Amino acid sequence: MNLTIREALLAFRRAPLLSALSVTTIAFSLFVVGLFGLVAVNLQDALRGVAERVEIVAYLLPGTPIEPITLATKDIEAFPEVQSATYVSEDSALARARAELVEFRDVLQELERNPLPASIEVKLRPRFRDADHVNDVAERLRGFGFVDDVRFGRDWVEKLDRLRQVAAAVGLVVGAAFAVVAIIIIGTTIRMAVLQRSREIAIMRLVGATNGFIRRPFLLQGAIKGMLGGLVAIGLSYGAYTLINRWLIQASFFSNEQAVAIVGFGTLIGLFGSAASVGRHLRRV
Amino acid sequence: MIKFTNVFKAFPKGGLALKDVSFHIAKGEFVFLTGHSGAGKSTVLKLVYADEPVTSGEVRVSGFNAADLRPRDVPMLRRRLGIVFQDFRLLEDRTAEENVAFALEVTGARRSSIAARVMRVLTQVGLAAKAQAYPRELSGGEQQRVAIARALVNEPSVLLADEPTGNLDERATRGVFQLLRDINASGTAVVMATHDLDLVRQAPYRVIELQEGALVYDSAVDESRDQAATP
Ligand SMILES: Nc1ncnc2c1ncn2[C@@H]1O[C@H](COP(=O)(O)OP(=O)(O)OP(=O)(O)O)[C@@H](O)[C@H]1O
Ligand SMILES: [Mg+2]
Repeated sequence: MNLTIREALLAFRRAPLLSALSVTTIAFSLFVVGLFGLVAVNLQDALRGVAERVEIVAYLLPGTPIEPITLATKDIEAFPEVQSATYVSEDSALARARAELVEFRDVLQELERNPLPASIEVKLRPRFRDADHVNDVAERLRGFGFVDDVRFGRDWVEKLDRLRQVAAAVGLVVGAAFAVVAIIIIGTTIRMAVLQRSREIAIMRLVGATNGFIRRPFLLQGAIKGMLGGLVAIGLSYGAYTLINRWLIQASFFSNEQAVAIVGFGTLIGLFGSAASVGRHLRRV
Repeated sequence: MIKFTNVFKAFPKGGLALKDVSFHIAKGEFVFLTGHSGAGKSTVLKLVYADEPVTSGEVRVSGFNAADLRPRDVPMLRRRLGIVFQDFRLLEDRTAEENVAFALEVTGARRSSIAARVMRVLTQVGLAAKAQAYPRELSGGEQQRVAIARALVNEPSVLLADEPTGNLDERATRGVFQLLRDINASGTAVVMATHDLDLVRQAPYRVIELQEGALVYDSAVDESRDQAATP
């Protein structure tokens, strides 16, 4: 084991340029995958923020007494899809309008009669915030006798649905494409490292080294390169994130788990890339 | 020790390199393998150290049957052999000592025992003083001595040498040849492929001659027959 570590580290000293090249290519491949991951993470956040605002409003007929409304609100809250149902009286609707629509404060102030209807505002649980469930709940709300009208951004909810699907599909395809490219590039650089040492490998076999013995330092070396590449990629992503945050938009960075996953992915790519290259070389000679 | 029985070897590209070759080399023997360029000397040695598969016939090497060797047995076979080439095949970025130690490390030898064993063989080949030198700092003859030390360090029962003096001048050739004789005298069998007929005449060793892949002369067989034939 000692010997494996020594040989693996020796390879960095013997071929510093090639080693640096491997680490750099791994880093940049993972950086691109990572950037894409950042976009995906932020898109997810943004979509979640938008989805948060998915709300169904049931406007009530004027003059409905308060007791049935209170009962209905309880019923609605008991729907499995519903997170909260809030009664907004005519007066509080007006008060809110005054507070939110500052420009029209004077107009609203001078009103003799409150034109705003009372309503029940319904918020769905996160996993039910899609077109089908929103439609379904809206239909049930219409069933209450004192409900005049039910409103929700139908188009809007459907668009959100489509956006989600597109984002997931594009993320998957582009992410996979870059991962494949990364694996190919990494496999190639490691293959160059193997070829560079093919004379040494031939001599090792001649003096009776087993394939496992020959392979081990390469695997360790590949894993180390992959790990370094992953770390550099995180660093680059953080740099890009900092720039974007300062000059473009408020964005969020990877969680610790995601960062660890990227480094782990780099390590695995390095390991499998070198396993494939060495394996092919050993089978051929 | 090494036994060829009706061995044929064909390369995928190219004709028959060996045709119906049979011989037996005993423990502790010194054997010259001679013949013109392309006669098949290197091919015989490659079959012995399982660098090439046997096409047909049987090749037995110290208990292994090289004709149907599992891939993972190949390293075990090679650890019982010492192999030396015309071009030395040393690792340029390791010292003489490290080159020799490498052959032991590869077999998983105990680290504590390596240094002493390495110094012992370097002393045996007369290079103890140059243990820290890199191959580029050594003459051809000295590099070949390092290669021989590397071949010996695993205490093989047979030393295979493919034209070990092919790149050396006369003086270095004599030195390396004497070293091989000493090694043989201490009990290790030596199989040496060579074109150098002066060398062959100099020593009273067995000669096996190949011609276009066929064994045309084996002093062990032919001389006893000659002696029997002459009154
Ligand atoms: N890998 C190979 N593929 C195809 N043909 C080969 C291969 N190796 C050797 N040969 C052929 O086999 C024959 C014997 O070659 P070999 O190397 O054994 O000769 P040799 O006696 O060692 O010659 P030399 O004295 O020049 O080293 C030659 O005709 C050669 O061309
Ligand atoms: Mg030859």
